[in-house]
Amino acid sequence: MEKIILHKSQSENKVTEVVIEESVEVVKDSMFKKFFLEVSSLTTFTLRFFKEAIKPPYEFNELMKQSFLIGYKSLPLIAITGFIIGLVLTIQSRPTLAKFGSESLLPAMVAVSLIREIGPVITALIFAGKVGSGIGAELASMNVTEQIDAMQVSDNNPFKYLVVTRVLAATLMLPILVILADGFGLLGSFVGVNIKGDVSAYLFFSQIFQSLEFNDLIPAIIKTFFFGYAIGLIGSYKGYNSNKGTEGVGEAANSAVVLSSLMVFIIDMIAVQITSLLQG
Amino acid sequence: MQENTTNIETKSKTIDKQNNDVVIEMEHLKKSFGKNHVLRDINLVVNKGENLAVLGQSGTGKSVLIKCIVGLIDIDDGKLLIFGQDISELKNKKLVEIQKKIGFLFQSGALYDSMTVRENLEFPLRKQLNRLSKEELDSLIKESLHDVGLDKAIDKTPSELSGGMRKRLGLARTLILKPEIMLYDEPTTGLDPITSKEISNLILEVQRKYHTTSIIITHDIECTKLTADRIIVIKDGICAAEGTFDELEKSADPWIRSFFE
Repeated sequence: MEKIILHKSQSENKVTEVVIEESVEVVKDSMFKKFFLEVSSLTTFTLRFFKEAIKPPYEFNELMKQSFLIGYKSLPLIAITGFIIGLVLTIQSRPTLAKFGSESLLPAMVAVSLIREIGPVITALIFAGKVGSGIGAELASMNVTEQIDAMQVSDNNPFKYLVVTRVLAATLMLPILVILADGFGLLGSFVGVNIKGDVSAYLFFSQIFQSLEFNDLIPAIIKTFFFGYAIGLIGSYKGYNSNKGTEGVGEAANSAVVLSSLMVFIIDMIAVQITSLLQG
Repeated sequence: MQENTTNIETKSKTIDKQNNDVVIEMEHLKKSFGKNHVLRDINLVVNKGENLAVLGQSGTGKSVLIKCIVGLIDIDDGKLLIFGQDISELKNKKLVEIQKKIGFLFQSGALYDSMTVRENLEFPLRKQLNRLSKEELDSLIKESLHDVGLDKAIDKTPSELSGGMRKRLGLARTLILKPEIMLYDEPTTGLDPITSKEISNLILEVQRKYHTTSIIITHDIECTKLTADRIIVIKDGICAAEGTFDELEKSADPWIRSFFE
């Protein structure tokens, strides 16, 4: 834009600057408008979720099916990732602790950081990538191929059947996956400790359980319910409201991952603040 | 034949409100999407047992028209009466009762990809599953599949079906609810001429067996010729012409005639 202005006369420059300023204002206006419309639409969607979730009839069979697809099918990925994180965290932390002669604290340190923070957040991010994008793409694709409309005209409630079940399944499955990921992470840590040492499983896990308190475990698990809810809700929202044909399918999957990952960090930040306030 | 360039005087103008034969009635129906005025002033009457074909260029609002009828899109202005009841004034339960009587065959078939053929057919009956015995359910499914000639496809998934079979399955899924009104959104699009003719014959079969009233949105003149009792042509958001196939084929308006060439 500067190059254009340099080649113009002074009066033309002023006109160009005014046009640019006006364009920037229009862009700002439309960005703000789009942002607030999106927030309003997401709020309406959330309220509708609660309304439909409470109102009978309940879709238990579909909830079970989605829980299986979302939970059980994500298990291998979560287990492998948890194991590797535990292993890597142990290997990376050992030299620093060794400098201070505190290698014996390695199991406790890994366990606390894994269970309090790394396990829930990393698992939620992987969950957002796998499940959030999957829900977004699936619902957007159903939207494009008019399957959602078909459900509606056949006297079925597509919101209850598709959205409520997926959001509830994500909310219920993520905490279970996080507990399993933590378990596999500790297993990975045990392997990591034994790469350069010789620690028995009994000693390793005794140290871990001695260092852990309910205050470490409970807030970490509670926040995963919110992570799961946010991931399921945003994936469903993006997919259900997608309206740009096949292009919209990719866009829904992509924006579901981006927005739900961001929400995971925001919820985590709030949860950490609340936990530290409650713990004094 | 009645036609002019602004709007035709359709039968709705002279409609006898007490006439039980009228199933769908539209008066000055309007629908816009932002600044795009898709339906400007639609006046239309569809009588019981009639097959009405709707022709028009792409983007003229033909699909919007039938989506308004089935309640997928809300109208902006005007009246839309189904079985004599203004659907814009109906509350939830009564509206659902009316909508239950309407079947909709989507352009793409709109089959549930994650379900088998049987599950696709069971899905619309979910609310009635408690009231139906297994034998009754099986009998309904088999009857619907038999009606569309898909008896052997019951355990297949939609991805294993051809384009024609997908349309048939879409139709079977609609027929299982025994609708009184059938809305077909481009039923023969994307099909070869032989399969198109089979689908057109199927539309006639459905009309004969279930005594349905149908609106058929199509670009397929062969399908129109075979199935339509009456045709309307939509142009610029209004009904630009109305008549039988023979009447419109000989229209004085070259634009109308061009559809039939």
